[in-house]
Amino acid sequence: MSAEVAAEIPKGNGWEPNILAFCCNWCSYAGADLAGVSRFQYPPTVRILRVMCSSRVEPAFILKALKDGADGVLVAGCHIGDCHYIDGNKNAEIRINNTKKALAKLGLDGRLRLEWISASEGLRFSEVIRDFTEEIKKLGENPVKEVKK
Amino acid sequence: MSDIKGTENKSTVAKDSDEKRVGVFVCECGVNIGGVVNTKAVAEYIGTLPGVKVTSVNKFTCSDSGQADIQSKIKEYNLNRVVVAACSPKTHEPTFRACIEQMGLNQYFLEFVNIRDHCSWIHMWEKEKATEKAKDLIRMGVERSKLLEPLQASEVPVTDKALVVGAGVAGMQSALDLADMGFQVYLVEKEPSIGGRMARFDKVFPTNDCSICILGPKMVEVARNKNIKIMSYSEVKAVDGYVGNFNVKIEHKPRYLDVTKCTGCAKCSEVCPVEVPYDFNEGFGTRKAIYVPFPQAVPLRAVLDKENCINCKACAKACQSGAINYDMQPSYTDLNVGVIIGAVGFKTYDPEPRHDFGYGLYDNIITAMEFERLLNAAGPTGGHVVRPSDCKEPIRVGFVNCVGSRDKATNIYCSGVCCMYTIKNAQLLKEKRPETDHTIMYMDIRTPFRGYEESYNRSRNLGVKFLRGRPVEVKEDPVTKNIKVRVEDTLAGEIRNLEFDLMVLATGIVPNEGIGQIQQLLKLSKAADGLLMEAHPKLKPVDTTIDGVFLAGCASGPKDIPYAVSQGSACASRATILLKNKKAITEGITAVVNPDVCVGCQVCIPMCPFQAIKMDEKEGRANVVKALCKGCGTCVTACPTGALEQSHFKNAQILAQVKNVFRFQEVAV
Ligand SMILES: Cc1cc2nc3c(=O)[nH]c(=O)nc-3n(C[C@H](O)[C@H](O)[C@H](O)COP(=O)(O)OP(=O)(O)OC[C@H]3O[C@@H](n4cnc5c(N)ncnc54)[C@H](O)[C@@H]3O)c2cc1C
Ligand code: SF4
Ligand code: SF4
Ligand code: FES
Repeated sequence: MSAEVAAEIPKGNGWEPNILAFCCNWCSYAGADLAGVSRFQYPPTVRILRVMCSSRVEPAFILKALKDGADGVLVAGCHIGDCHYIDGNKNAEIRINNTKKALAKLGLDGRLRLEWISASEGLRFSEVIRDFTEEIKKLGENPVKEVKK
Repeated sequence: MSDIKGTENKSTVAKDSDEKRVGVFVCECGVNIGGVVNTKAVAEYIGTLPGVKVTSVNKFTCSDSGQADIQSKIKEYNLNRVVVAACSPKTHEPTFRACIEQMGLNQYFLEFVNIRDHCSWIHMWEKEKATEKAKDLIRMGVERSKLLEPLQASEVPVTDKALVVGAGVAGMQSALDLADMGFQVYLVEKEPSIGGRMARFDKVFPTNDCSICILGPKMVEVARNKNIKIMSYSEVKAVDGYVGNFNVKIEHKPRYLDVTKCTGCAKCSEVCPVEVPYDFNEGFGTRKAIYVPFPQAVPLRAVLDKENCINCKACAKACQSGAINYDMQPSYTDLNVGVIIGAVGFKTYDPEPRHDFGYGLYDNIITAMEFERLLNAAGPTGGHVVRPSDCKEPIRVGFVNCVGSRDKATNIYCSGVCCMYTIKNAQLLKEKRPETDHTIMYMDIRTPFRGYEESYNRSRNLGVKFLRGRPVEVKEDPVTKNIKVRVEDTLAGEIRNLEFDLMVLATGIVPNEGIGQIQQLLKLSKAADGLLMEAHPKLKPVDTTIDGVFLAGCASGPKDIPYAVSQGSACASRATILLKNKKAITEGITAVVNPDVCVGCQVCIPMCPFQAIKMDEKEGRANVVKALCKGCGTCVTACPTGALEQSHFKNAQILAQVKNVFRFQEVAV
């Protein structure tokens, strides 16, 4: 993207997005713990919500989050093959991809991410948050959220 | 400790037993949280939330005084929900569950909020934002806590038998300890003999005692122990169940001979016309297509390698016991065990594909494992270290440390044992042939633990030279086949050109083949080094996140023999807690069908990875079998009518967090 275009994007002065991250208990939550233990600094834009498996994340939760103040939603689970419940993450993948399509129709493209982050990938966890934060900054504030913080 | 909100409602006893009375305990974790998050401001804010009757800040909430504070406030404020904002629930959730349970509260009325690993530690220089974030996280927790429901953890019986996977020195130790405590042990080893890596070494550091002389008797002890059933040349194919009650399928690969008839006399090998490189000797020398793995093998039985067999049937004629059976098929055993110990060991880094330091390009560069076999009196050369190009005994030997370790291009971690085994190997050859000249090229020499530094000093006294630096160029002299090395001596600050007759690479410890399969079968995680991950690196070094599954030896990180053996014993001791108590506690989190809402559409049934949902044909409703349900929630998300709920992760409970994460929107309770 050219510098001019980048400058156009409403970033606000130091505007920081709100990101809600659903993390599965076994891999991604533990990956976030490891990022902490390793002191890998990342932007304070994300709030983590623990679920047992990525397959527990319902589209309704995502929509609710976007309505209630989130600029982006991350769903994070174990790598394919590593799900604590065999293939919960495969179900999550299907569901989240469908939700992404629905969001695109609402003009909310790019605000939902699905990532596989293992318990040993503390560094990757911090990188994903940093990267997603930058992406959402480029997109600017979520237009459908009802309450702005 | 300081109460922030303690004036209100002290005497009001909850009239309505449904009234949610929340106490919030914010931990400073010394300065870990308190040094970043303004805990006082957080507690003040949280105290304004409806339903919060008291907030309290403690230096260490997990300490005795911290827990006493929780317990006294439960009494004083008649609390029925407790929120602890501290470290990770992975560390202390059980602590606080037990703490509130002692006060008569259901343990699931605890909500744990992570403001350390997920907040103060990762926003160390953004104190204000971290404080705001902590408020958000705790608000989510408070709102969720109001909707928590009581649950019962369930007790499951434990089968008092153990499975040990991998019969290296670590797995053997686990098996022996458990068997000596009276438990039945199945010891599964994928190779035709037990013993692992240690069976191949000549001598072992730091004392340089003969490896097989100390390992051999242990192997025999394992074989003789009536509580141990060795399943060699076998692999785990499927694992099902949970702590206390694992159902495991073992595949026995065909040896193409009847082990009950074979005596291990090796007459068959004598007549077999096929010769292939001998894997046990790292490819040096040859073995036959039918062979006894090595002289001390346990079980001492032959094995026929079908891939290389030419079907001449000479062995069948030679075998006096009539043991050979060319049509043998794999066979299977189903086991039911209460605990599983994973001790699948490691392999060494392979320098061939990248031609590290010329390996694979020049004959006279070998790995340490190859060197170990050459040194071994029972090895391919009867203990004479020779160089591959001309089978001459070398005079000048160079050793390169950290090959495949401590290197961004391969593995960044330290393999822990290579300094010591290189020191050992140089010493051993120097002692055998004092005319030899040894140079160890190293990055750092690491010799912790008893006797290790002494061993290092000994090798210096013997005249082994230590050069700090890594070869930058390795070439072969086309005529002599000697190895010419350019290396920067970083201590002297000069480039040195050295010539060796033989060069040995200290290749590091990497995950074994098949570790991925074991990881997936046992539902474990891998650490960054690719080896299996323990539950906690410090406090639970042999436990895993899966109850009833333990790890010993190099399967969970580089280790030397004493460390691997200690872990083998540690696993046995951890496992005994379950085996002896004959029961284990499992989480009460499961899916539940609301029969009034379920329409019997059966959408949920194929979603469950554990076949835990059955149709109640009579009622036309789905039903979750609690003992099979593992509580993932997959089915809950799939149910179109909302009839399925996951206890402790109900829709309303999760939505309470979602609604309140970025602003306050109290939920109806
Ligand atoms: C060159 C070299 C020299 C060394 N010298 C010394 C020394 O002098 N002193 C010292 O203290 N340490 C030494 N070590 C370290 C030592 O080798 C290890 O500490 C030790 O072998 C670890 O034992 P283990 O049981 O964990 O693993 P291993 O010895 O690797 O045993 C693992 C066993 O599990 C089996 N297995 C693997 N996968 C499966 C599966 N899927 N199913 C069933 N079975 C499976 C393997 O076949 C093997 O028998 C040296 C290491 C190297 C590389
Ligand atoms: S929660 Fe998971 S394990 Fe339990 S019934 Fe539903 S899908 Fe099966
Ligand atoms: S998906 Fe829901 S409604 Fe359909 S059978 Fe299962 S529990 Fe009943
Ligand atoms: S448990 Fe992590 S994705 Fe299923």
